[in-house]
Parts: sequence; C-alpha cells; structure tokens
Amino acid sequence: MEWRHTGVLDIDTWSRSEIEHVLDQASGMEELLDRPIKKVPALRGKLIVNLFFEPSTRTKVSFELAEKLLSADVLNWSASGSSTSKGETLRDTAWTLEAMGADAVVIRHGAVGAAEYLSRKMKKSSVFNAGDGAHAHPTQALLDLYTARKKLGSLENKRVAFIGDVLHSRVVRSGIRGFRAMGAEVTISGPSTLMPLDHGQLGAVYEPDPFAAAANADILYLLRIQKERQEQGMFPSIDEYHRYYGAHDELMERAPQGVMVMHPGPINRGAEIASNIADAPESLILGQVRSGVAVRMALLYVCLGGSHQ
Amino acid sequence: MLKEKAVVMTAEDMERVLNRMAHEILEKNRGLERVVLVGIQRRGVYLASRLREYLHELENVKVPSGVLDITLYRDDLTLLHDQPVVHSTSIPVDVTNSRIVLVDDVLFTGRTIRAALDALMDLGRPDLVQLAVLVDRGHKELPIHADYMGKAVPTSRNEVIEVRVSELDGRDEVVICEMEDA
Repeated sequence: MEWRHTGVLDIDTWSRSEIEHVLDQASGMEELLDRPIKKVPALRGKLIVNLFFEPSTRTKVSFELAEKLLSADVLNWSASGSSTSKGETLRDTAWTLEAMGADAVVIRHGAVGAAEYLSRKMKKSSVFNAGDGAHAHPTQALLDLYTARKKLGSLENKRVAFIGDVLHSRVVRSGIRGFRAMGAEVTISGPSTLMPLDHGQLGAVYEPDPFAAAANADILYLLRIQKERQEQGMFPSIDEYHRYYGAHDELMERAPQGVMVMHPGPINRGAEIASNIADAPESLILGQVRSGVAVRMALLYVCLGGSHQ
Repeated sequence: MLKEKAVVMTAEDMERVLNRMAHEILEKNRGLERVVLVGIQRRGVYLASRLREYLHELENVKVPSGVLDITLYRDDLTLLHDQPVVHSTSIPVDVTNSRIVLVDDVLFTGRTIRAALDALMDLGRPDLVQLAVLVDRGHKELPIHADYMGKAVPTSRNEVIEVRVSELDGRDEVVICEMEDA
C-alpha cells in the first residue's frame, strides 16, 4: 500500500487499513526474533536518537532493540545529566539533534503535545511518540492490537474492558482509538476519582463497576496504578484498590471463560493485578513485550525505510 | 499502465522448461544429496515447489524446500512506490553445509539475488549456492548469473516480464508487457 506517515505522533487519524498494514509488517518482523542472527540491514546508515525525558525501561529498551535489529545507528539521550538540566529548551534540543544528522527521534516527555511540538520544529527528522503526558502512547496501542489480534484472530466485535487509572493513562487514550478502529467495543472502568470528567468523549462506554465491565469481556486490560496517586488521596489504600478494582480470582470468575489479560507494564503485583493472574496462561503480558519489539520495528521500517520520499 | 505485448511462454512451455531445469539440477549436483530448494517470495516459491515435484518424479526423493523473503535486504526501498509487506522466511533445514538452489521467476538487475544471498548468509553458511530462474531478461547491474535458466528473453528497459502461476494468478504463463503513459 501507499504509506503517507513519516513518523508516529498518535494514531487518531490512522485508518484501519494503515493500522493493519503495520500489524502485517510486524508479523514478518517477529520471525526475526527467533533467528540465529537477529539483524537485517533495512535501516543501515540511519541515525535514530532516543530522547527520554521521563523514566522508561521497557519502551526505551524495546525501541532500542528494534532500532538495532534493523541495523540503525542508535544514540540515547537522557534528560538527566544532559543539556536539558542546564536549561536547554526542547526546541534547541531538536535543532541540535537535527544538526547532528538524526534521521529520527523517539521522544518520551511528560508534557502533552511534546512529540507534536518536536515534529514541528524539526525540518527533516521523523518523530516517534513514545508517550506524551496523559495524551497518547501510540506504539503501545499498536503493540496491544498486534498481541490481541494474534491471539483472537480478529478484533471485530470483540469486547475490551480497560480497568484502572483512566485519568492519568495515555495507554488507554491510544488504546480506545486503536481497538475501536479495528472494530472492537471498548468499556472503561475504575474509581470515579481516577476517571476524567470528559470520559464520555473518549469513545468508550463507562461502567463504574469493574465486575460488570468484566462480565462480557474478551480482553481485560488492567491499567497501572501509580502509587503516588494514593498520596494524592485518589484512593484510600493499595489493598482497598486491589479488592475493588484489581484483577484477582473473584474478578476472573465473573469474566467469561478464556478471557485474556493484558497490562502495559510495569506491573504492580497485588495492586492492579494479583500475582497468580499476571502469571496465568491467559495473561498476555510477556507476549505484549515481545510484540512491542516487532511492532516498533515495523513502524520504524514503514516510516523510515518506506516509499514516501 | 501496462500493456500486454506477447506471450513468451505458455503453460506447456513452462512445464517443459521446469522439467528440463529439474534434470539439470540433478545432473549438476550429481544427485540430490544435501540439495535444498529455496524459493524467493513470492512467485519463486511456487516455481520451487514445481521443481520439487519434478525432482520427486525423477528420483523419488522429496528434497527439503524453504521460502526466503528479501524485503528487509533490498537496496531500493525508497524507489518503490507501493510499500512491500514483509513476508515470512522459513527454511526447515539448517542451511549450513547444504547445497542451496535459489529459485526466482525473473532475473533482471541481479539486485534481488544480491539481497537473497545476504539474507541466506544470515541464516548460515551453505556449501554452495546455485541460482535457477525461469526468465533472464538482461540488464544486469551486478556480476550475477543463473546456473539454471528457463529462457533468455531480451527486453528493453520499459518492458516488464510477468510470470504468472496458477496458484496466484489463475493460470501458468509468461508474458511481456510494455509500460505506457496512462
């Protein structure tokens, strides 16, 4: 197909066929992870900078691995201990990276719109959003779609229930868009203190009771609970949160047989998910990690190696 | 727009040519020991499976066969208008110490074969690699030659050779087309 994107800021305007193109490419890429020589020359000579202003382990490592498997040259630029801590603006950082010849920048930033801002300041480089504030995490959504589609075959008319801290989650915002674009129905659930006031505009049905949300779900998607939210008084205690909104045996009993469990990681065992649920066969959590590398390879490849120039 | 100019090979021609190529593979390798047929995605895969059938008829041996996708090894990605999808690569045997016969439909610039050789070397170290193509249309840009060739068809640069296989295209034939402005 003809590809029009040079980077990934969010997937809100992506068509279903564009999403499917990336997922199809990813399945070709996943095979590479099992080869004796895990490297192909597709992005040889491309310089990719990973610019992380917020702590991240799996997204950063996943991007870095994907870049290396495609033979790109990789630079890691972390905010702490860099010129940013000396007061450099994001715009100057963008120009600096471009002057160094970066072909692409992967950015994670706490501010909403940081990736989009960076892409406007860069004349030539592609920008990949690895999470901006509570706005979007498009590569996470795509890897979730890939993982779910691989397991369920098709996502048409499948039901996905996101449970947890919807308010602060960029994962859920991109996830709702992605799953709906693929024909799935999405429900959100969680404590009302962690639900945005405009939840009606997210494109999902709000079900205050997580047990009811789980009752007809094909996929239970648990959102990470950030412990500092408790100090802000969003919920009384981790234990109480777990009892009412976490994934445990009682919740699983209410869900249909064969329901899949997903989580963007890192998981808080005993908070949003009980250990035995996270480690159960129906948990796709480690599958998501593996898919993440394949999907990011596919995205880098279609945006940087592709046909748009 | 592509305009069909002439049929270069009919289904019967293809059958005869592939049968002859199977004989040549057998002759040159003095049997089929350690021979592995590897078809290049996508039409090379179907031609490889035809060759495998003919070799089976001749020697009553099913040689191992695999498929190779070279998309990630291409050097002309930015020139392609439509983005190719990465297909699967799977070779069921260890390529190290094997005698690989690469199978493709058309030999043109040689760049696909260059990419295929790189892809193959990443999977192991074969004892030797031979190349079988149904049509050699000329215009090579690299020092690559076919060991087994179905037919040499001299072409001009604005012509296109289309190999059709019944599995994908509904029938077996090779046609020569010409690009013309729409």
